Amino acid sequence: MAKNLRIAPAPHIKDSASTGSIMLCVTAALLPTLFASTYIFGFRALLLTVVCVASCVIFEYLYRVFTKQSNTILDFSAVVTGLLLAYNLPSTFPIWMAMVGCFIAIVVVKQLFGGIGQNFANPAIAARVVLLVSFSKDMANFVIPTLKDGVITRVVGATPLAAINGQMASWADHSELMFGGVDGVPDIFMMLFGMRGGSLGETCAVALIIGGVFLICKKIISPIIPLTYIGTVFVLTWVLGANPVQQVLAGGLILGAFFMATDYTTSPVTLKGKYIYAVGCGLLTVLIRLFGNYVEGVSFAILLMNIVTPLIDRYTKTRPFGGIVK
Amino acid sequence: MSSFFKKTLSGIKVAHHKNTEDCKTVTMPVPAKVSLPMLQHMGAPCVPLVKVNDTVNVGQLIGSSDKFMSAPIHSSVSGRVAAIEEYINPLGVRTQSVIIETDGLQTVDPSVQPPVVGNKEEFLAAVKASGLIGLGGAGFPTFIKLNPAKPEEVDTLVINGAECEPYITTDYREFMENGEEVLEGIAAVVKYLELKYVKIGIEDNKPEAIAKMKELTAGRDGYEVVSLKSSYPQGAEKVLIYETTGRTVKEGQLPADAGAIVMNVSSVGFLARYLKTGMPLVTKRITVDGSAVAKPQNVVVPVGAMISDVMEFCGGYQKEPKLILMGGPMTGIAVYDDAFPVIKNNNAILAFDEDFVNEEPESPCIRCGRCVQACPFDLMPAALEKAYHAKDVDALKALKVNLCMECGSCSYVCPAKRNLAFSNRMAKKFLRENSIK
Repeated sequence: MAKNLRIAPAPHIKDSASTGSIMLCVTAALLPTLFASTYIFGFRALLLTVVCVASCVIFEYLYRVFTKQSNTILDFSAVVTGLLLAYNLPSTFPIWMAMVGCFIAIVVVKQLFGGIGQNFANPAIAARVVLLVSFSKDMANFVIPTLKDGVITRVVGATPLAAINGQMASWADHSELMFGGVDGVPDIFMMLFGMRGGSLGETCAVALIIGGVFLICKKIISPIIPLTYIGTVFVLTWVLGANPVQQVLAGGLILGAFFMATDYTTSPVTLKGKYIYAVGCGLLTVLIRLFGNYVEGVSFAILLMNIVTPLIDRYTKTRPFGGIVK
Repeated sequence: MSSFFKKTLSGIKVAHHKNTEDCKTVTMPVPAKVSLPMLQHMGAPCVPLVKVNDTVNVGQLIGSSDKFMSAPIHSSVSGRVAAIEEYINPLGVRTQSVIIETDGLQTVDPSVQPPVVGNKEEFLAAVKASGLIGLGGAGFPTFIKLNPAKPEEVDTLVINGAECEPYITTDYREFMENGEEVLEGIAAVVKYLELKYVKIGIEDNKPEAIAKMKELTAGRDGYEVVSLKSSYPQGAEKVLIYETTGRTVKEGQLPADAGAIVMNVSSVGFLARYLKTGMPLVTKRITVDGSAVAKPQNVVVPVGAMISDVMEFCGGYQKEPKLILMGGPMTGIAVYDDAFPVIKNNNAILAFDEDFVNEEPESPCIRCGRCVQACPFDLMPAALEKAYHAKDVDALKALKVNLCMECGSCSYVCPAKRNLAFSNRMAKKFLRENSIK
C-alpha cells in the first residue's frame, strides 16, 4: 500500500530553468566584458566591479533581514545589478559613491517597490541616472586607453561621443563635423575592441556582443529589443546626417541594448510591445544625443521607456486563438 | 491545408519518456475485487441498477442515468455485489461505487450480443449502449459527440493519435496492435454520419504508427494521415483540429461548429470491436510506468481494478512511491493513496519515487514572458494570475481566461515555478460563480 502521497495541481513536471539559473546565465554573459574592461582600464575596473557586486548582494541581504522577508540573494539578480551598475561607471569613480549607487539600485529602486519583478525601472539604470545628476563631475571623469606597441597607456579625458555630439549645440551649422574625421575619435577597429574612453563596461563591443549572442542562443533574451534598438539608432542618426557606426559604437548603446533594455521586469511582454519599446528607446537616445544637453542618452532613454512599459503592455495584449472580438 | 501564412500555434518541448512504446499489451488477471464508481464520464452520475449480494456477469449493465449527458456503466467482472458505498474520487467529487467480489469465472452476460445496426439512429443507440466515452482523457460521452445539432455542417472526422503526454503509449499500441480495427471503427463513423474527410493526426515521434496507418489508408478517398510536430499539446482538441484541418474552433463553440468531430484512436478501435462482439467498455489499456514501478508496461485492466492491484501485477513498487498520477505528468491527477480504481478514461498510472518529486516554492513573477510564448492559444497567463488575485472579473473576461484548456504549458515553463495553469482553473471557477449573479 502506498499512502500519504504528495498531491499538487498539474503539471507535475517543470522545466529546469529557474529565476536563479537565468540570472546566472546573464552573469556569465557579462563576464567577457569584465575581462575586457580589466585589461583595458586596469585593476581599478575590476575593483570597482567587485565592490558593486558585493555591495548590491549585501544591501539586498540586509534589507530582506531587516524587513523579515525571505532571503533572495540566491536568485543572483543582485549580482547582475551590481555588474551592470559597475559597467556604467567610469573606472576612476570613487568607491563610496559607487556604494551609494548600489544602495539606490537595490534598496530604493528594487526592494522598496517589492523586490524582484516589481521594480518600475531597471535598478542599475536608475542608479546610474541618480549618480549622473548627483556626481556629474566624477561621472564624467573618464579614462582614455591607448594601445601602442602592445602597451596600454591611460590618460583622463572624455568619451568619443563627447567629441562627436558635444559640438551638436550648433548642429544645424556644423553637420559636416559628424561625418567622421572628428578629433579625439578612435578608428572603428579600436572602438570595437574597446580602446576608447567611456564607462568601464560599455567600451568593448566585441565582448558585449559575445555575451548578448550567448543570451540569445540560450533563449534568455529575444533578439527583438537589442536589434530594433540598435537598428533604430543606426538608421535615425544616418538619416539625420551623423555617422551611424560611430553613434552605435562610441557610447553605451551596445551595453544598454543587450543587457539593460532587455531587463524582463521593465520591458514589455508581448512581441508587438517589444518592438514599440525598442523603437522608443532608439528614438529617445538619438534625440537626447543629437539635440539634448547630454552627449549620451542611452540610460535616460531606457529609463523613460521603462516607465511607459506598463502603458505599452496595456495596449499590446495578445489576441487569443479563437477569441471573439466584440 | 498548410500554407506559408498559416499561423503556428505555440507548443513546448517536453521530454517524451515513451519507455513503454515497444511493450506489447498484456492482460492483467482479474483481481479479487473491483470498485465501479457511478461517475466515470463528464456529465450526470449513474444510478446503481444492482443490489448488494446480486450476482453479476461480465458486460452486465449495472448503472445508468435518465439524464441526457451521461454514459451507462457495465460490470467488468463476474461475481457478487459486496457493497454499494459512497466513493470520493481523486478530485473530491462524491458518488456511489459498486464493489464487486469476483468469482474468477468471468462469465459473460447473456445480454452481450453484437448490436443490430442498419442506420444512424441504431448506430447512435449502439454507441450509447456501449458505455463509450472519450478515451483520450476528458471522458465526454461519445454518443453525444456523434450527434451534433447540425449534422449537415460536419464533414470531417479527426482521429486523435497525437499522444503528446509524456510516458503514455496506449494510443501508439492501439495503432500498432489494432490498426485494422481502428480503420473499421473510422469507417463505421464515416458511414453512419455521412462524413467526407478523415484526418488521422499522429505526432512525428511515432514514425512506425504513421507508416502503418499510411499503408492501411492507401487508396481510400478522403483519408489523410497527418504527421504532427512532436510538441506539447498537439493532442489538445482545438490544437489538433487546427493542425489537421486548418479550422479554428472559436470561443464558446464546439468542434462540430467547425465541421469536425474528434475521436481518440482507442475510442474508434473499441467501437469496431463493440460492433462485432457487443462487449461494452469494461476493460482499458493503460500505460504503467514511472521510476517507482518495477515492470513498466502496457496493461489491459478491468475497469474498476485498484491501482494497488495493477501495481502488484507490474511487479510492485521497486522504490517507495511519493507521487502517483492517474494520467500523464502534464495533466494527470495526483492521488493521495493507491486505493483508487482505474476508470474508463484513465490511460496511464505513473508512480514516481522521491527523486522525481521536486517541490520548488513559487517565487515572484519576473515578467520574462515565457508563459505568453508557451501558451498555444496566445493567452497571457501571468496577467491572468494577477487579475485572478485581484478578483478582477472584467480583466479575466477581457483576457479570455475561459479559452484556457489547462494544458499546463505555462506552469511548465515558468522559471518562478508559479502554478499558472492551476490559477487559471481557479479563475474560471471564480468567473462561473460570479457570472450567475
